[in-house]
Amino acid sequence: MIAWQMIRFAVGGLAANKVRSALTMLGVLIGVASVILLLAVGNGSSVAVKESITSLGTNSLTVSSAASRGSATAAKKLTVEDAEALASATDAPAVKSVAPVVTTSGTALYGNISYQPGQIVGTYPAYFETANQKIAEGDYFSADDVLNSRKVAVLGSTTAKELFAAEDPIGKRITIGGTPFTVTGVLTAKGSTGFNDPDDVVIAPLPTVQNAFTGFGSVNQILVQASSADTTTEAQSDITRILMGTHALKDPTKVDFRISNQTSLLSARESTTKTFTVLLGAVAAISLLVGGIGITNIMLVTVTERTREIGIRKALGAPRAVILGQFLAESTLLSVIGAGLGVLAGIVGSHFSVVGIKPVVIPESVLGAFAIAVAIGLFFGSYPANRAASLRPIDALRHE
Amino acid sequence: MSTGKPPVIQIRRVTKSYGHGDAVVHALRGPDGPDGTPHGVDLDVAEGDYVAVMGSSGSGKSTLMNILGCLDVPTAGRYLLDGTDVGHLDEGQLALVRNRKIGFVFQSFNLVPRTTALAQVELPLAYAGVRAAERRRRAMAALTLVGLADRAGHKPNQLSGGQQQRVAVARALVTAPAMLLADEPTGNLDSRSTEEVLGLIDGLNARGRTVVMITHEDEVARHAKRVVRLVDGAIVSDVRQTPVDAPPPALAAEVVA
Repeated sequence: MIAWQMIRFAVGGLAANKVRSALTMLGVLIGVASVILLLAVGNGSSVAVKESITSLGTNSLTVSSAASRGSATAAKKLTVEDAEALASATDAPAVKSVAPVVTTSGTALYGNISYQPGQIVGTYPAYFETANQKIAEGDYFSADDVLNSRKVAVLGSTTAKELFAAEDPIGKRITIGGTPFTVTGVLTAKGSTGFNDPDDVVIAPLPTVQNAFTGFGSVNQILVQASSADTTTEAQSDITRILMGTHALKDPTKVDFRISNQTSLLSARESTTKTFTVLLGAVAAISLLVGGIGITNIMLVTVTERTREIGIRKALGAPRAVILGQFLAESTLLSVIGAGLGVLAGIVGSHFSVVGIKPVVIPESVLGAFAIAVAIGLFFGSYPANRAASLRPIDALRHE
Repeated sequence: MSTGKPPVIQIRRVTKSYGHGDAVVHALRGPDGPDGTPHGVDLDVAEGDYVAVMGSSGSGKSTLMNILGCLDVPTAGRYLLDGTDVGHLDEGQLALVRNRKIGFVFQSFNLVPRTTALAQVELPLAYAGVRAAERRRRAMAALTLVGLADRAGHKPNQLSGGQQQRVAVARALVTAPAMLLADEPTGNLDSRSTEEVLGLIDGLNARGRTVVMITHEDEVARHAKRVVRLVDGAIVSDVRQTPVDAPPPALAAEVVA
């Protein structure tokens, strides 16, 4: 009953200075909302990265040429022969399929529309499955297209939209760097990761691209699909062994190629976004702390302003604990209402995408931010409340 | 002079001084003892008595009032309130004593701002832990007694000075304290409100409540049964105007008239 009474006194105290109470709550509100929102943005970007990487396929491995480390032995470039050696190896059961990849850039023309796609990729049909590229319309190019160096291409969804807008691209003829290509299919959109757009791409048969652009030299990458996500390590050692053979290398610590799998890429990117999230969270936590100091400040003002009232209450026999409780209830009420509104603002705010990232609210952050805000109200309110409670009645009554 | 009942207030050799060393000020000192040190103030107030403490400003009457009200502690000496030595009480117990045994009426009313008259009067009961329904009933009874039942919902800024002081009187008596302590209760009031408030206090005393009233006006002191005068922190005169068990002089005069 006394507790209920204290809350009533506290509500009365807050209502007496509505603007001041509202501004103090705003401090806590901004703190809590920014904790929730910024953590949600960080989490959202990490979720997006994870999705984009798993969309590439977790059992794919990328072999790329290692840059020469300045030593006498010049790194041997990867070639189509390396890829064929991998594909034809009989003692590598973990290697399911192999696709050499060359990448280049150029301007695509359709009618009077000119567009530069992010990447022009020359490869084998196995690439589509390995890179988890699914067809939306039309069809992939075939192994036969590769053997005959046919001038066909599959477009990423972004490229297709830029060149054809509402038109149906299938069977249409586009020109890239003077070479005409017939569009056989359009890929399903994968969605942007926020770093680059995987849908902004033109994929054509390897010899066609080599003939038109890069020449029949080395390839940029060899994309290897392991038989399953569990055999990637096994596949990796198979690849190392076979390529050491074709490159005539003896020392496994001095290879001139690099194998990266999507899992390692995933963890690298994930740790980046984690740092990003922690950084955002720290900034938000500071604003929450500032909100807490705002509470202390305003409660100190309130106590000074109401010293005489405290004196009257003490003369009427208010025990120390009741005065303490009243002012603690006031500061906690400020923080609870501020935090509640902050949670609301944070959740509403997380429905809007921030710089291309769709925020994903972490439920723990909502609970945590709320709890911390309430604790801050108690902690930062305790100093002014204690000051009020330990006033001597005679001094408090004389206060003007 | 003695009525046989134990005194409500018993102070023995009480002194109060502020400051240190050469700058020490004895607000209450009493007569000097044989060795030249202050002997301290002695005062007994019997149950049902109506004492006016008079003195000019700086005479120590406010200090005495603060000590009697347990708002301040004496530098030395003993103070027994209703048989309890308050010198040995801690802060929490002193709060309890103020709540249960003393009703305050201040010169500047000292109502809690932005609070209705009813809630003002309920306040000491709330601190005493009385249940809401009982609290409301007793607060309304007290407000009715001071003639403000129809102003129960008004806040201090909606009441006149006299009405505010009557709310303060209701608040002081609602806990049925052993003693009503009034510090210049009419100092800020016009003559009509003064009469109203003094009439209330007379009535309370007539019903047996012990009253100690600080004042510097002879007009006001005439309402008391006993007048104590303070000069420079010592009692210089102690005059009984009416016996303790008689009605207060102002009421008696009305009856005669």
